[in-house]
Amino acid sequence: MSVTAASPEAAHTAAIEIIGLTKRFGAVDALRDLTARIEAGRLTGLVGPDGAGKTTLMRLMAGLMRPSAGTIRVLGHDTARDAGRIPALTGYMPQRFGLYEDLTVIENLRLYARLRALGRTELTAGFDRLLTFTRLGPFTARLAGRLSGGMKQKLGLACALMAEPRVLLLDEPGVGVDPVSRQDLWRMVNALTADGVAVVWATAYLDEAERCDTVILLNAGQVQFSGPPDELTATLADRSFRLPQPRPDRRLVLSRALDLPSVCDGVIQGEAVRVVLRQGADRQEIDTFAESVGTAAVPVPPRFEDGFVDLLGGGPGGTSVLAERMAPVSLAGELAVECRALTRRFGEFTATDRVSFQVAKGEIFGLLGPNGAGKSTTFKMLCGLLKPTAGEALVTGLNLRTAASAAKSRLGYMAQKFSLYGLLSVRQNLEFSAGVYGLDGAAKHTRIEEMIEIFHLQAYLKSSPDELPLGYRQRLALACAVMHEPPVLFLDEPTSGVDPITRREFWTHINGMVRKGVTVLVTTHFMDEAEYCDRVALMYRARVIALDAPDALKREASAGDSELPTMENTFIHLIEAIDAADNAPAAQEVA
Amino acid sequence: MSWPSPRIRAQIVKELLSVWRDPKSRFLLIGPPIFQLLIFSFAATLELRNVAVGVCNRDNGRWGHELVSRLGAAAFVRHLRPAHSAAEIRDMLDRRLVLAAIDIPETFSRDLVALRPASVQVILDGRRANSAQILLGYLNALVGGLNADRTSPPAGNDSRLPLEGAGGEWLPPAADRDGLAVRHWFNPNLIYRWFIVPSLGGVLVMFATLLVTALSIARERELGTFDQLLVSPCTPTEIVLTKLVPALLIGTVMGLVMAAAGVFGFGVPFTGSFPLLFCSLLLFIVSIVGIGLMISSICSTQQQAILGTFAMGVPAVLMSGFATPVENMPQLLQGIAQIIPLTHYLIILQGSFLKALPASEILAHAWPMAAIAAVTLSAATVFVRSKLQ
Repeated sequence: MSVTAASPEAAHTAAIEIIGLTKRFGAVDALRDLTARIEAGRLTGLVGPDGAGKTTLMRLMAGLMRPSAGTIRVLGHDTARDAGRIPALTGYMPQRFGLYEDLTVIENLRLYARLRALGRTELTAGFDRLLTFTRLGPFTARLAGRLSGGMKQKLGLACALMAEPRVLLLDEPGVGVDPVSRQDLWRMVNALTADGVAVVWATAYLDEAERCDTVILLNAGQVQFSGPPDELTATLADRSFRLPQPRPDRRLVLSRALDLPSVCDGVIQGEAVRVVLRQGADRQEIDTFAESVGTAAVPVPPRFEDGFVDLLGGGPGGTSVLAERMAPVSLAGELAVECRALTRRFGEFTATDRVSFQVAKGEIFGLLGPNGAGKSTTFKMLCGLLKPTAGEALVTGLNLRTAASAAKSRLGYMAQKFSLYGLLSVRQNLEFSAGVYGLDGAAKHTRIEEMIEIFHLQAYLKSSPDELPLGYRQRLALACAVMHEPPVLFLDEPTSGVDPITRREFWTHINGMVRKGVTVLVTTHFMDEAEYCDRVALMYRARVIALDAPDALKREASAGDSELPTMENTFIHLIEAIDAADNAPAAQEVA
Repeated sequence: MSWPSPRIRAQIVKELLSVWRDPKSRFLLIGPPIFQLLIFSFAATLELRNVAVGVCNRDNGRWGHELVSRLGAAAFVRHLRPAHSAAEIRDMLDRRLVLAAIDIPETFSRDLVALRPASVQVILDGRRANSAQILLGYLNALVGGLNADRTSPPAGNDSRLPLEGAGGEWLPPAADRDGLAVRHWFNPNLIYRWFIVPSLGGVLVMFATLLVTALSIARERELGTFDQLLVSPCTPTEIVLTKLVPALLIGTVMGLVMAAAGVFGFGVPFTGSFPLLFCSLLLFIVSIVGIGLMISSICSTQQQAILGTFAMGVPAVLMSGFATPVENMPQLLQGIAQIIPLTHYLIILQGSFLKALPASEILAHAWPMAAIAAVTLSAATVFVRSKLQ
């Protein structure tokens, strides 16, 4: 155990000191020998994939749990010995906002104020301040359960801010929040740090890390990196390159680039391929490679995510065994998925309004949009989970209304929560998926063995999927979804919360399958995933407001700038443009 | 294509594994039936045993002693507490030390010998009305026995005012010498277990089946696998049919085990037709599965499903004739009882055990169950299909 004594002047600004912290759950070390400092007046990002120990650390800092070993001092108070004082000093916003959904906004605020034993005069002044700050003023009478994800987070934040805490702990405030509301959250948090509050923002999104003053990067219960994000990205200087518009096919180029010895990581960014070289690697190899695919390697500034992947020893190779073993998909028509004026009403509310688009064979098509925009409804209608009120949805030419079972046997589906049977073992899950899609006898047996081999599931066959590490659970979910070699694959937020290595492995498989002719439809909040798409449809207020290749959308939003905006900014720009066109006052409300 | 198709086979295997691999549901299926069998058969009996009775014997004669010694030897009496005055009797009853007290007057033997009507006073604890009633019956029989063994002519009775406070009862006339003799057909000794054990077979099968099916869809909904099932090529009819299989299997095994426990464990005679009872059991289970699936399809969590099971199950048991005869219920409730599968199954079950119920009678109660099954299963399919809209 390493114990570091904080120097006297440093103790001055440290809001939270964590020394040699270990937390065990049974035989599992959720956190191992963790030492870190969180400073007042700064925004500290607690970054890491799901299962890294972020929430455990948050709960420990909020005094809700006691450390197994080591100490945490919040503003000088030990959380174990002085547990009673911690709630008065900290504001904690858990992942599932602790809101009472059947109470209105103002009733929730009142409740939290009473729980904090605040006086009546403080109350009214405090409410006005918080409502102005969060811009929830117009919605005080609305039930908390009826708020959008972003507004719920803002209300949760308001409740956490009730007692004007000096330490604010936010557990994944960005989850389920669309980019527009997320911007609002950042604005509020920045105002708080300016007032000297120590804010901890836990997140699985690595792009959020770059916006923090300082970052604690967690992986598997251990600190991988601690310090300002620039410090980590600086180690990657001159190692990140962009290959714009490579020939013949960017997915093939990425796959080959990842197999180069000097390349440690690579992703697709719209029409370009982005690669990161290994430490100390010469750029000659990538230059030659770029030339061979008809483009040039352009140096780009490194990102925080590059640093994380580098710390973990680089991403996986570019070859998907799964795709290699697959027979090329043959489809009668060129259209894999089609919706014609798809409309769905829930009572008075129209969730999707005459949505039409066509997805060609071998295309990755993304459905993006803020919560409640209708993308889940559209997605559900396309994979047969919901019947449209009007319009038609076709999968490989089969109408989901008239030939549901036949159409469904042509699609594979993988959801964010990886809907696996926790009561069945890994092998039983595989057998169930195979059987449900009509595989039988020897064909079923060989296919299952193949999946076990490709996804390295041998060691886990007897375990329940619930006991698997997240990465393996995702592999198993993908194995179950592609067991029957479906020509069309539906992915519902497939990699949110997953560590970047697993995410790359996942996309390597998807890219490989797409090259064999599989069509992929994906909904996502993750702007990185949108970059993998050939085309994205942006949904807002039940309609498709933009449909094009990611880079084309970026160019549209860039308004002539030479530098293309990020996908997230493009998204915000397009939505704001619609709001402005619809009604000017409402646009101001959102922005 | 072979039948069942791989698709249906995979679903059936999944359903069976889900029930079997879940320690909670495994316990729910094995634990409570055993407990209930033991509790209902031994503890919750309507027979009286281990009763304490107070006796104030003011009679020094032979018959007073005879009565006391017979009381002491009676199987239902555990303690005989001697009392010496009316006040002491009152005190024992007040403190619930005894369920009843018998006051034998000084003149008891004298009257009997003199062939005058003799009487004893029985004071019962009216707070425990049910037990007191039964005890009174036992005491009546005991005094009747005494009377019969006496060579002298019968003793009459008179009535006196009951003691204040404790609910008093006067011993009615000892059975008339030439009065009627009651004979209980099918269960001559009125062994309570003969009634309770077969009926329990029906009640437990109902709860097990209801719980297994109610949990099945709700569990998938709660854990998110229901969507996965709905995007697969499985049709709603298939989903409902495959969810029927484990319940059918579990219910059948449990029904048979309970019947075997009745016959071999508790010595209940089985006089009816086993194949007919077996068919009725299957029909009964299918009708319950329909109800279970309906509960399941409107619940979104397993907790709601368990609550739903008891909200449906407990009134069904109370109205089925298990606890109180259906004929004693108000007209409206009698009508409702007819749409409870358990009502019909209990008649078949008890009839098959004790009175060799003829096939025509079984049929008369089997078709309502078939009708209920048809309605509830179709409704469940519609519910599942509606989740697709």
